[in-house]
Formats: sequence, structure tokens, C-alpha cells
Amino acid sequence: MPYIPHTEKDIERILKAVGASSVEDLLGALPSRLRLAKDLDLPKGLSEQELAGILKDLSSRNSTTREYASFLGAGAYNHYIPAVVDSLISRSEFYTSYTPYQPEVSQGTLQAIFEYQTLVCQLTSMDVSNASLYDGASAVAEAVLMARRITGKDAVLLSSALHPEYRETVRTYMAGASDHVSEVFYCTEAGRTLPEAVEAALTGDTACLVVQHPNFFGSLEDVEALSRVIHAKKGLLIVVTNEAVSFGLLKPPGETGCDIAVGDNQSFGNPLNYGGPYLGFMAAKSEFVRQMPGRIVGETVDKNGKRAFCLTFATREQHIRRERATSNICTNHGLCALSCAVHLVSLGATGLRKLAEHNLFKANYLKEGLRAIRGVDIAFGSPVFNEFTIRVDKDPEGVLKALLKKKIMGGVLLKRFYPELDRHILVAATEMNSKGDIDRFVSEIGKLLQ
Amino acid sequence: MEFPKDFKYTKEHEWIKVEGNIATVGITDYAQDSLGDVVYVELPQEGGTVTKNEPFGVVESVKAVSDLYSPVSGNVTEVNDAIIDSPEAINEDPYGDAWMIKVEISSADDLGDLLSAEDYQKFIEEEK
Amino acid sequence: MTIDGAKGLIMDEPLIFERNSEGRSGVLPAPCDVPEADLESLIPKSLLRDGAAGFPEVSEIDAVRHYTRLSQWNFGVDTGFYPLGSCTMKYNPKVNEAVSRLEGFTMLHPYQPEALAQGALRLMHELEAYLCEISGMDAVTLQPSAGAHGELCGLLMIAAYFKDRKRPRHKVIIPDTAHGTNPASSHLAGFKVVPVKSEGKGVLSASAIEAVMDEDTAALMLTNPNTLGLFERNIKEIAAIVHKKGGFVYCDGANLNAVMGLAKLGDLGVDVVQLNLHKTFSTPHGGGGPGSGPVGVRKALEPYLPAPRIRKAGKKYSLVYDRPRTIGRLKAFYGNFSIMVRAYSYIRRMGGEGLKRASIVAILNANYMKERLKDTLSLAFDEPCMHECVFSDKLQAENGVTTMDMAKRLIDYGFHPPTVYFPLVVPGAIMVEPTETETLETLDSFIEAVKKIDAEAKASPELLKNAPLNTKVRRVDETRAAREPVLRWKG
Repeated sequence: MPYIPHTEKDIERILKAVGASSVEDLLGALPSRLRLAKDLDLPKGLSEQELAGILKDLSSRNSTTREYASFLGAGAYNHYIPAVVDSLISRSEFYTSYTPYQPEVSQGTLQAIFEYQTLVCQLTSMDVSNASLYDGASAVAEAVLMARRITGKDAVLLSSALHPEYRETVRTYMAGASDHVSEVFYCTEAGRTLPEAVEAALTGDTACLVVQHPNFFGSLEDVEALSRVIHAKKGLLIVVTNEAVSFGLLKPPGETGCDIAVGDNQSFGNPLNYGGPYLGFMAAKSEFVRQMPGRIVGETVDKNGKRAFCLTFATREQHIRRERATSNICTNHGLCALSCAVHLVSLGATGLRKLAEHNLFKANYLKEGLRAIRGVDIAFGSPVFNEFTIRVDKDPEGVLKALLKKKIMGGVLLKRFYPELDRHILVAATEMNSKGDIDRFVSEIGKLLQ
Repeated sequence: MEFPKDFKYTKEHEWIKVEGNIATVGITDYAQDSLGDVVYVELPQEGGTVTKNEPFGVVESVKAVSDLYSPVSGNVTEVNDAIIDSPEAINEDPYGDAWMIKVEISSADDLGDLLSAEDYQKFIEEEK
Repeated sequence: MTIDGAKGLIMDEPLIFERNSEGRSGVLPAPCDVPEADLESLIPKSLLRDGAAGFPEVSEIDAVRHYTRLSQWNFGVDTGFYPLGSCTMKYNPKVNEAVSRLEGFTMLHPYQPEALAQGALRLMHELEAYLCEISGMDAVTLQPSAGAHGELCGLLMIAAYFKDRKRPRHKVIIPDTAHGTNPASSHLAGFKVVPVKSEGKGVLSASAIEAVMDEDTAALMLTNPNTLGLFERNIKEIAAIVHKKGGFVYCDGANLNAVMGLAKLGDLGVDVVQLNLHKTFSTPHGGGGPGSGPVGVRKALEPYLPAPRIRKAGKKYSLVYDRPRTIGRLKAFYGNFSIMVRAYSYIRRMGGEGLKRASIVAILNANYMKERLKDTLSLAFDEPCMHECVFSDKLQAENGVTTMDMAKRLIDYGFHPPTVYFPLVVPGAIMVEPTETETLETLDSFIEAVKKIDAEAKASPELLKNAPLNTKVRRVDETRAAREPVLRWKG
């Protein structure tokens, strides 16, 4: 039997040691009246070779972002992952260990997380970071709960230019209190959140404003102006970033008045993987650290005074505070955080900047190409990073379908999330899109809209 | 382990020393010993109120967290801010330097059910 | 200054930031093949940042050595025996890693057309069906990212069920042996926690539940086998009591490794269960995730499952978003897909017979451990155990030796310590879960080590107080970490 080393002789030795006459006898802890009478109705076990063949076959029934030129983004970004990432995270001392409860045999994981926390603080310009959360959406939900705890206020104001699935996640987490969640509508001209609209929607009971930057439409928000408005009402500002490569160029949340920065670091070192696992991050001002959810690693010394790392502030967590914990999170996305750290370290300061610029230029090149096409409009006037929204003159669904025939995944249809954006497509470009691909996309969409 | 005779105690392991209508409150030697190294303490604001048998703060060690329950109701007249910066005082001197709050007692009736040092010692023996 | 290799293995490695050398970099991105524009013509200067101070600047080889050294200070399942109770640290098959890295799985965008992701959707659909069969549930969602995430999902569904009927309920009963995630998840889902004690023999009695179950109680949340490694043998009677009052039975499936093919939770009266793919289904723990926590439910709760659901019509698979009674979603997209690939691969390799064998051998190994160690370590409950057993430091305490001391000393003998000080109901608990993938020889060497440590506890307790002796760092000052927090490098 795969992975189970016991021979019949071994089984006999166990039975003898425990004084049982048979396996059945030993299973006495499980009363026979509760036992399953028949076998599980599952496929027969496979040899490793057969299994590999079946999985290969299943995988080949998918089409990849390598086979198609993909301009899909919307919270999941196609980036190049250097070979060092998989090589290093494949070291099984990393991936076959668990939460570093025993620091003396987990210094590798602990130091790596401590460095990851530092990297997140550097990217976001915030004071403290946790060890990771599940993904961007659940990180936003956790940030909202945290803001409510800190402020003692109830209401939550979401920008409608926050990723629709993130908004839905916040509402799900708020369950019983979802009446307290409201949205401020984006400006249909600029495709971003206007401070005056926020001001009108705020009340004295608003715990936090949540804005995404760059937002779901790709537009850059005026975070500083939004910060002034929410802070005037003594609420907290939560800034969400799910295209983390933008940190390479854009003024970070910590410099624009953000109180809690959250989002997804998938863009660094984590493959698309059909939606997961991704990498929720959270960083905050230091005064909020006791209200943060999730693991936090700290630096200390061992009994001989040597530098060492361990989990700290554990009293916030479920295994100690139980129902009064800051969150129920236990397992997080440690290995994804390691992938992110390795990618960031291998890029370095220069590489990060260059990567961000490359993305900006690619998106700009595509945007200008599309702008020149008759039948395509750039939907919103705001500056963008590597993603933007277009409006097409024909049925956008038909356009995207026709592009598929040309091996192009042309973007995400927005009608599904915003009924009023019924001719709109969200388009992203990264360093993975060659000039040739972009030219082909522009030319094909041009032909379709003629 | 020491339990000053002139103090009163609660089953939640707080001690209380009453002088006139002012009560000083802290946690017992037994409490600090069970918690281990105290790393954090959260106390109410001066001028606030506390209610008998209700939490007024939190004390944390590395691996445990415990509410602080007020033995009496009343106004908080003084808070020992020094232990917020040096929580180790709670381990080192629980009955002295590490007092936590002073309360102006609103009703002397609150003192009726508090334990004497002897009774408290008996109580913790049973709890073990 | 560290002299690399002075001890054969390199035991010192600075923080990566301390290796910075200005201008150095590892793997630069490809040159941009479109015309570069003036930055400020694209983005107003006020929105641009200056660099990130202290950001790494190291060469590729230095980065590689850095992480390689870090890895060497870690103990994983591949390093040695890891009997961390409640965590099911079984072998993580290499073929799972290989297949999960196939480009046909990794290079899929979550919003690509469903027609171009038929293999992925089929895998997920089949995995749902397998998990239904194993757990005895009617429907499964793969969306939650971890066990605790699954708990939240299950409890939110229960809350939605009662809200939908305009009879919201406010309480969840949780035994004192539960994982901390259970009360934390219940609180997050808006419930008040009602604790209940297990009886003398470490299991719940029907009468204890009867006494607290009422019509404001939405659910009983239990773990079966429970965290003492004992099977809740009164579960059917208990479930009947809960059901009679209109409540649900939630089972934390963290310990499913003990019952695959032996009992179906659905047959025992369980209405909701979360399954930890990173425990039972062999996906690696990753130094703290990513895991995956699918949730199975009986019919009554099916309408509340998160959206989207996967539908199969003919040979076509699609995602269904139109779910009027759904609780919503717990994260973006569909769940931790690459973890699902690994779990799918494991189930296919094992087959039904293999899974049953895994559970049986997990139970055999745990009972072997229990019998061989019960004269050395105090056994919390001398009952036949399931896949794990709980000891304590009662016998060693007279020499002033604690569970922590023994745990640290085990490290010197080359073992990862068991789970310690949990469950809370056993003071000084030592929770050992050997799993089915360990040989008897490995168990014997662990048993021998524990016996040696017991002898040391009598002869030279100081040795244990000082343990571990052979690790990169000695006992770590966690008090200082909390009192003088340093949570990031500042340069």
C-alpha cells in the first residue's frame, strides 16, 4: 500500500505489544454499531506512474496563459517567476514543516517570516506586518473587523471600485452585522472614488473606509485626499493593493495616511494556480499591533544571548484567547510568503523598480494601441498602473469569444460585476505580454470592431 | 508564597487593600506565579469607573491571558502607569510596586464577601 | 564576522538585509520591448514613490545560499519523526508536488473561460465527490483556505439557515477539549459559546448535552475523534438530542485520519464537517500553510454553500454563481486549487482501500505508542485510543521536570516534539500522533528516547532544563520577544 510501510509481521508485532488478538479487536475504540458496513465507493488505487499519467491528462484539458496571450488581471496577475523561487521553496525542510511552535528547530521558517514581515513593511511603508493571511479578500475582511475593534464603531464604508469578490467576502465575514456595510459609488468619469462622495457617505459611526489602489478598474486613487476625509470623521483608512508590483512605483500606503494596509502579494513568486493559494498580507501602524490577526514573528535572543526568532504576541490568537481572539486564523499561507520573499530578494531594489516600470510601460503601450482603434474607448480618465478598462462598440462578450479563436484571452467582462458597465472589459498587461502579443491583440480587436 | 494578612482577596486572584474609602487593587503572588513572566498589562483610564466582579483590565504572559476583576465598584482615582512600561514588576513585587489601580469605594457592602488571607490560601490549595 | 563552514555546516546567517550591497541584484526582469515613456507623463509625481529604504540588494547566489542555510535549521517531516498531535504530520508524497506543478494547473487564470479550464473543474468536481463519499456528506465546497476558514464557513451556513427561517439562534455548544479555533470561529460567526465538560472517561455523555441543548442553540461543535484521541462513542445519541431541538451537529474534521473507510461522519448524525486537506490528505504543511479546508454538509444546508458551485452537465463543467441563499464567499475565486490537486492525487493513489488501511495503521501506531510508553509517561486516559494519544508530565513532575523540558530534550535526540500543553483539560499534556506513514523502527527509536529522557529526568534533571543542546539556538527567550518587541529589521 503506498506510503504505509507496515508488513504483516509489523502488524502482528503491534497487536502483540498492545495485547490485542486481531486488528478488529484493537479497533474496539470505534464501536461496531458505528462502523461503516461497506467499502468506500472510490476509484481503485493507482501506481505512481498511472497517477502521473492521469493528472497529466487532466492538466492538458486546460489551456494555459502560455498557450494563450492573456490580458487577464482583476486580482490575479501573470508574472514571471524566477527559477530560484521554486528551487528554494522546494527544499522540503521548508515545505514539510509546520507552524514554528518549537523555535529551536524552526529558525529557518522564523527568520524567513521575520524577513518577509520586513519586506512587507518596506513595500507598504507601514510599521508592522503579520506573517500572512489567506488571500487579499479575506485580508480585507480581517482588516475591517480589526478597524471595528479599534474604533469601537460599527459602520464600514467600501469603495465600489474595490474588487467585487473582496466586497462580497467582507459582507460574508460580517454576516450578522452586514447591515453596517455600505458602498460609495465610483465616479463614472474618472473610474475612481471621489473624496466628496466619501464625505457624503460618512457618519460619525464609520469605523473605516476601504479603498483599493490601484482600484478594480485599474485606476489610481487619490489616497491622500481620501485619507483626510475619513480621518476628519475619526475613522480608519484601509488601503487594499492586489497588484503588489505597483509598490515598486507608487507612493506606498504608509505615506498616504493609511492605517491598515492589506491586499494580495500573489504577484510576487506565486503562480496563478487557477485562483489559489495566494498570499494575503496585512501591515499596520504599530499602535494597532495587538489588534492584528494572524501569526507575528519577533526577534529575541536565546539563553546564551544569541540572536533568535520566535512567534510572539500569541495571546492575541485563538489557541490562547479562544472566543476572544483577534481572529480564528491558525494555518496561514507561510510557503506563499516564502515564495514572495525569495522573489523580492532576487529582484532587489533595482529589479523591483524595473519590473514595475516594465508593467507600466506595457500597459501604456497597450492602452495607446487600443485608444487608436475605432470602436474602442478608454473608459476612465484616471492614470493607471498595469490595468485599465475599455469600452467597446460591439457586444463585449462576442468580442472576447472571437479573440479566443485567435488564442487571445482579451480581458475580464465587467458586466458580471457592474451591470451598468455592459460594454466594458478590464484589461491588464504585464512583463509577460510581449510587444508582439500586444500588437496582435490590438490588431485583432481592431478587425473585430471594424 | 506570601499573602499579607491585612489584605482581602478574591477567587479571581486579586488582592485589595482598603484605607478609608480608597481601595488599592493588584494580583496575588499565586496569580503572577501561575501566569509566568508577565509581558503586558491593560488598565482603565484614571477617572473611569469599575464594577464589582466585572473585568477592569487584562494581564498577559507569553502563553496566557487573564482578565482582571474588580473586587469593588467605584471611581478609579489613580492608575499605576509604571507597570504598563515594566510589567515585570508584577512578577517581582505583586503586593508593592505592582499595585494596579486605586478605587474610591462606592459601597462598603462590596467588601463583605471578600476572602481573608487564610481563606484565600485554603481556596488556592483546593484549586490546585 | 562569521567564518562560513567553520563547523562543517553553516550555523550563522545574517538577515538578508544585512547582506545588502548597493547596486547588486539577483534576477532582473526582462528588458522592456516597448518604448519607454516618461514616468511623470503617465503618473503624476505626487503618486510616485522614492525607493524603499533598506530593500534587499544581493546577488543570486547569496540569495540561494541564504535560504538554503535557513532551510537547514528547520525540522520537517522529511527530516525526521514529527509526532505533532492534532496536526497529522504524515509523509507528503513527492508525486503530489510534481503533478501540482504541471503548467496545465499552475498557469491557469481564475477568470479564464470555463471552456478552457475543463480539466481543473473536473478535478475539483471529482474531489468534491470523493470527499462527500469519505465523510458521508451530501455536498462539499472546496473554497475555504484552511481548517479554521472551513469552520467559519460551516458556522455561517448554520447561522444563515436559522436566519432564513426567521428564527435566529445564538448559541453553540463546544466541549472543553476543543481546538481554540472552534470558539474563535463561533464568535466570529456571531454565536455565544456554551462550554461543556467531557465526562470521566474523556468523552461526551448524552446527558451532558441534554442538559445544555435548547432551542436557542444552533449547533453542537465537536471533534471526533476528540482531541484526547478518543472516539465520541455516544455521538449518535448526542446527535439525536441536538436534532430533536432543531440544532445541527458540526464536526471539526481535523482528526479524520482516524476514521477513513471505518465510519462515515454523516452516518453518525453529523450535519457539517470541515476537512483539513493538509492533515488527512497528505498535502504539505508549508511551514504554516497554505492548507485547504473544504466543508461538507447534509442536504438541509446545501443552499447556503458559498458561491460559485461547480456543475456538471453532460460532459461539461461550469461554475454556477446564481445561488440566492448562499452565505456569499470566504475569499476571492474558488479555493486553494494547487492544494486540491495534491489531495486529489493522494486519494487517487490510495483508493478507497488504501485510505481505510491508512486509518487502521494510524490507529495501530498510536496504540502501540500508548502501550509502550504508558509506564514511562502518565497516560491521561487509559482507554483504547484512535490515531493519537495524550500523556502528561505527572510522573516527571516530582523531579521538577516539565513537559516543556522533555519536549526540548527530544529535539536533542533528533525528534520533533509532540504537541504540548494541549488539550487544556490535561495539565502538562503531551499529545503524540505518529501517523500511519512511520515504521515501527521509527516508533521504537522514539519510545527509546522518551525512556532515556525519563531516566535523565531522575538522574540529571538539569540536563533537561538546559535542553536542547545541539540546535542552532538554545532555548529562546519568548518573554523578551513580547516585552521588547522587534517585529521587523530596521537597519
